Amino acid sequence: MTAPTDGLIVVVKRDCPTCTLIEPVLRQIAGSVEACAVYTQDDPGFPAGIDGVIDDTALEHSFRRNIEIVPTLIRLRDGKEVERRIGWHRGEWQELTGLKSLGVDLPDQRPGCGSKSTDPGMPEKLQAKYGDMLAARLVEVSPLEDPMEVCFERGWSDGLPVTPPTDERIIRMLSGTNRDPKEVVGLIPPNLIECTVEKVAINAVMAGCKPEYMPVVLAAVETALQPDFSMHGLLCTTYFSGPVVIVNGPITTRIGMNSGLNALGQGNRANLTIGRTLQLIIRNVGGGLPGEIDRSALGNPGKLSFCFAEDESDPEWEPLSVWRGFEPGTSTVTLFHGDGVQPFSDNASRTPEELCRSFATSLNVVGHSKIVQGPNAILVLTPEHYAIFRDAGWDRRRILQGLHEATTRPGKDLVKGAHGLAEGIDPSRADEMVPKFWPDHGLLVVRAGGDAGLFSAIISGWIGGRFHDDVRPVTMEIKT
Amino acid sequence: MSNAFTMRDPTGEAAPVQRERVKPPQSLDGLTIGLLDIGKTRSDEFLDSVDALLTERGHTVKRYAKPTNAKPAPVDVLQSLATECDLVVEALAD
Repeated sequence: MTAPTDGLIVVVKRDCPTCTLIEPVLRQIAGSVEACAVYTQDDPGFPAGIDGVIDDTALEHSFRRNIEIVPTLIRLRDGKEVERRIGWHRGEWQELTGLKSLGVDLPDQRPGCGSKSTDPGMPEKLQAKYGDMLAARLVEVSPLEDPMEVCFERGWSDGLPVTPPTDERIIRMLSGTNRDPKEVVGLIPPNLIECTVEKVAINAVMAGCKPEYMPVVLAAVETALQPDFSMHGLLCTTYFSGPVVIVNGPITTRIGMNSGLNALGQGNRANLTIGRTLQLIIRNVGGGLPGEIDRSALGNPGKLSFCFAEDESDPEWEPLSVWRGFEPGTSTVTLFHGDGVQPFSDNASRTPEELCRSFATSLNVVGHSKIVQGPNAILVLTPEHYAIFRDAGWDRRRILQGLHEATTRPGKDLVKGAHGLAEGIDPSRADEMVPKFWPDHGLLVVRAGGDAGLFSAIISGWIGGRFHDDVRPVTMEIKT
Repeated sequence: MSNAFTMRDPTGEAAPVQRERVKPPQSLDGLTIGLLDIGKTRSDEFLDSVDALLTERGHTVKRYAKPTNAKPAPVDVLQSLATECDLVVEALAD
């Protein structure tokens, strides 16, 4: 029995009660229709009484015919499928087969069962074995080698173990996006190499992502590639910074990101692996290697991964994404050029004015206490510090205004040589009041953290102020 | 199909193109020298000095600048350098 060019195909499995119910029907079709093939998914002896049932226990035919339900009845014409029925429906089967007496003793209809080719984990196994979804070069690992060690030896790791990117894992990762694996996401610096969705998925596998993180990963990569973000410059800089990914919107809860206790720390898979994937892509696809084109004098641990979600639990709070121009409820990524986390502890301030002045003492030392309009910063506001602002009726805009005012200082204290420090601003500005941060995007405020402790955090940023019009944080919507 | 363990290559799979370096000229006579300011603080001071020294010796000097050192050079700057100069001094200063 082989699949006819013009005729009928039926796909069944013994484990399906509807398939066993219609066993006499299958014999009737096989006996009446010459051009007919019956495929069995689990038992080559089923259905009984039919010669030449095609053994599809390997599920190749089911995969190629995209069978989702058994029984499935298909009519072919010129080798192409022209009609399909799933489950048992006497009238439909009689019409499709042209056999008016088909199954007259059986119930009118019965739903089918899931095809074995759709069992959990099976679609990616079959795609890996029989499909042609993937285009990246295959790398064969000798049985004597450990795949994880091979990844290290080939330079594919950021220094920590990576998950070997097997076809099944990559295909499963690609199920997290509806974008074509062959679609080019962009040119990855520094080597400006085309990066496909497939390459993103491969690196996401290696970083440890789940498929549902893919939309965030793709958005983070695309954001990093915006000219305003200048990923190339951030990579090459001798300064400490790397990309910091802040995620907003409903996707953060859907994929289980952490915006609470230890939000900037370890322990949350989504936070850690999304940030790590971006850096692996820069390394593996773009060729951006530390000590080579990555000229950072010291770097920072966040260059492995630095990604967290904003706490949007307070409906009064305007999320970062909304402040940056997106509709409420939109999921976004914001990329910031950032480095270390500087703790801020203040248990005494009780008014927003006091707290702003207190924050200013720590914000002013970002980069250097006498460098201004240079390093950007993020203030990560924890719930207890935020409560002081909220209880006084201060929203995001008022807080920012207060912080900018509190970080504006007399130029005479900041000029070169003042207070015995050579570093500083040009002496011609001695009579000005000088703001620490550029007003537009020099200082971001993000809410995160646990609800115990009057602690907040400052994430200092790239000394990019001199070219603050050329390079800036960028926010983009997370799509699919 | 063998049963070997296989993985997919996560890299850009790009092979570097080997290009011959242009040999340094024996003499600067008759050549146009481009001076590229990459945008770092005080690059211009350094290049002004180089410019003066070269001009004093009768060489043809043309000046170019990247808008910012935080980004790669724009294509038009690269094309101008490639088409208008015989050699380039790229200055890094801070």
